[in-house]
Amino acid sequence: MKTIEEIKEIRKNKREELDLRVNTKADTREKHILVCHGTGCTSSKSPRILENFKKIIKEKNIENVRVIMTGCFGLCAKGPIVIIRPEDTFYSNVTPADCEEIIQTHIIEGNRVERLLCKDIDGSLVNRLDELNFYKKQKRIALKNCGVINPEDIDEYIAFDGYKAIEKVLKEMTPDQVVDELKKSGLRGRGGAGFPTGKKWEITKGYEADQKYVVCNADEGDPGAFMDRSILEGDPHSVLESMMIAGYTIGANKGYIYVRAEYPIAVKRLQKAIEQARDYGILGKNIFGTDFEFDIEIRLGAGAFVCGEETALLESIEGKRGQPRIKPPFPAESGLWGKPTLINNVETYANITRIILNGSEWYSSIGTENSKGTKVFALGGNVNNIGLVEVPMGTTLREIVFDIGGGIPNGREFKAAQTGGPSGGCIPAEHLDTPIDYESLKEIGSMMGSGGLIVMDNTKCMVSLAKFYLEFTVSESCGKCTPCRIGTKRMLEILEKLCSGQGTENDIYRLEKLAVNIQKASVCGLGQSAPNPVLSTLKYFRDEFKEHAIDKRCRTNECKSLAKIQIDPEKCKGCGLCQKHCPVNAIEGEAREKRVINPDKCIKCGTCLTNCPFHAIN
Amino acid sequence: MEEEKQCQCGNNEKDEFLEKLCTEYKPIKDNLIQMLNEVQEHYGYVPIKAQKTLSEFLKITMAEIYGVVTFYSRFTLKPKGKYNIAVCLGTACYVKGSQKIMDRLKERLKIEPGETTKDGKFSIEETRCVGACGLAPVFTVNGEVYGKATVQKLDQVLDELSAKE
Repeated sequence: MKTIEEIKEIRKNKREELDLRVNTKADTREKHILVCHGTGCTSSKSPRILENFKKIIKEKNIENVRVIMTGCFGLCAKGPIVIIRPEDTFYSNVTPADCEEIIQTHIIEGNRVERLLCKDIDGSLVNRLDELNFYKKQKRIALKNCGVINPEDIDEYIAFDGYKAIEKVLKEMTPDQVVDELKKSGLRGRGGAGFPTGKKWEITKGYEADQKYVVCNADEGDPGAFMDRSILEGDPHSVLESMMIAGYTIGANKGYIYVRAEYPIAVKRLQKAIEQARDYGILGKNIFGTDFEFDIEIRLGAGAFVCGEETALLESIEGKRGQPRIKPPFPAESGLWGKPTLINNVETYANITRIILNGSEWYSSIGTENSKGTKVFALGGNVNNIGLVEVPMGTTLREIVFDIGGGIPNGREFKAAQTGGPSGGCIPAEHLDTPIDYESLKEIGSMMGSGGLIVMDNTKCMVSLAKFYLEFTVSESCGKCTPCRIGTKRMLEILEKLCSGQGTENDIYRLEKLAVNIQKASVCGLGQSAPNPVLSTLKYFRDEFKEHAIDKRCRTNECKSLAKIQIDPEKCKGCGLCQKHCPVNAIEGEAREKRVINPDKCIKCGTCLTNCPFHAIN
Repeated sequence: MEEEKQCQCGNNEKDEFLEKLCTEYKPIKDNLIQMLNEVQEHYGYVPIKAQKTLSEFLKITMAEIYGVVTFYSRFTLKPKGKYNIAVCLGTACYVKGSQKIMDRLKERLKIEPGETTKDGKFSIEETRCVGACGLAPVFTVNGEVYGKATVQKLDQVLDELSAKE
């Protein structure tokens, strides 16, 4: 147990001690070696890097150097990442074997290890983190502490104004004032739908009940999205603190975090954070000497995309199959075990402490007219700087893909970007300059979604992409309502037909009609949004669908059955090996002459391709 | 593969793990998924004896438990292989060609996702995003992530694993 005074003391002392983390001009002889421990870097052995650093420092008896694990720095493509503060030197692709050299050259001799310095897209060496183009247009609010503090140390969180917002709320604000502040801030739900957060809190607060609950939706199911995971891994306490604020505001004393079991690191850090907060008396009874009490428990998901839907998530917390409930009643009225329940997404919570501390005016000055603040995106796919980015609302897609993301690798062209994952839509090159906010994305047939942003180059077939998303929806449909359960399956079958060359123009029409019907008739968000990838690819890449249906052609050759196998007469030496191996005698031509494939007989098995010694067949 | 030889009716010998599990949780329905997660973690699948025990402990019908187990993709009813290889088919990995890795894996092991080879050595799983999108495409072997994967890299890993024992 700690009193308010003791926590204030920790904040003051620790903040001075950690000043070098955020201040490159800090007047200190100390150095902090920060090693990224997000999932990406952990997968490429960053824990061993940390161990090695510690071992070497101990062996060499070096003083004034500390090695610290942190959350994600964002630039996952260059991992494992090591940053040395206060000078902010950024080392990329570090291996455990490099530790010795970093300690010797950088720490002892005071020079930079040039070979490990990060190279920007233009090839220039980057000395400091903030020199990197990747970070220049970003603004970190939700990710403020990620990569700065050790997520497993509550004192470091406290040092950077941690648990100051809950203190302020408990001491100085009434629940109505909190609601008012959130409403004025313009914050909207970051899970995808964009419902005004202040309004949601107000509605939940308005219901009278003997018991209410606060829930954090950390079931980040969108494949290719890892924003929430990074926040939980890098700054778990901020989520706990905001949930407490929510509890105080709506009158709840119990919170649940529903998190995917596939995120073991996030789960572990959350558990640790909850234990530490309980130890300090920040969670529990009589918090900060008031009569407010609050506790938080973790519930693990078990791999079902539909559980990201709020009512399905509640069912799952109750130990049942995660099938959505019919709305209304909304969870604000009847949620967990029939009690009023407030559900927000991880990123939404991560914004709340900052709004309370810095004020709604500050927050609403960032972003566009109807979408305030910032949005975190998980940038992935065919883009140079894969990683986590946080930008003010209203930033254009072009800025994200080309300025921050560093453009498309291998000199290829940008074809489309998918936002909102399987529920969203694709955005073609013609809309690259659209400022990203909730409304503008909806207008062009996509959606904000939770923040997955997958970039595709011109080698990707859009019909296959639509098929890929439908495969996902079909396997994740919970089966409760017919339009989603059967409708998406029928859509997938049509797409399979198109990709295998069996489709007709009428199929495109049927696909479109079915899509609209499923959108209108499904029970929950999963079904209602499942047709979006198909409708948006149809809208912008209809030509490709027509090519598949009418010309039986796939311009990217991604659809194998549509690929035409040809022999290049320039390269063919007339050896006849292809003819010998062809199982259906589709290859014609006399001995020592150049061979030709008869397309009517060819079954595209590819046997000739593997047998040609001159690589003349493609 | 001792498991197969045992009686599968579920009401035979005592199981230490399950007994201990039942002391750690309160006998209320809401705990089903949490307990199943622990069972899956411990055995690598959800054996019938565990379903039976949970059914009695939580007062839930076997049918309901079966419903929950089959709803969530993390729970499996069959034991996984000694090496469980999961290929990420999330969007970021898909765009970078993870389907080719999966196709090669199926070709090499001659089993489909969700199946185990006859010798019990390998099993294949499709997974949606392990969160290592920066390393796409990825596959995992018993949870260990292999990033920036290629068909060659997969072949190499398979050869190494096959050579063990």
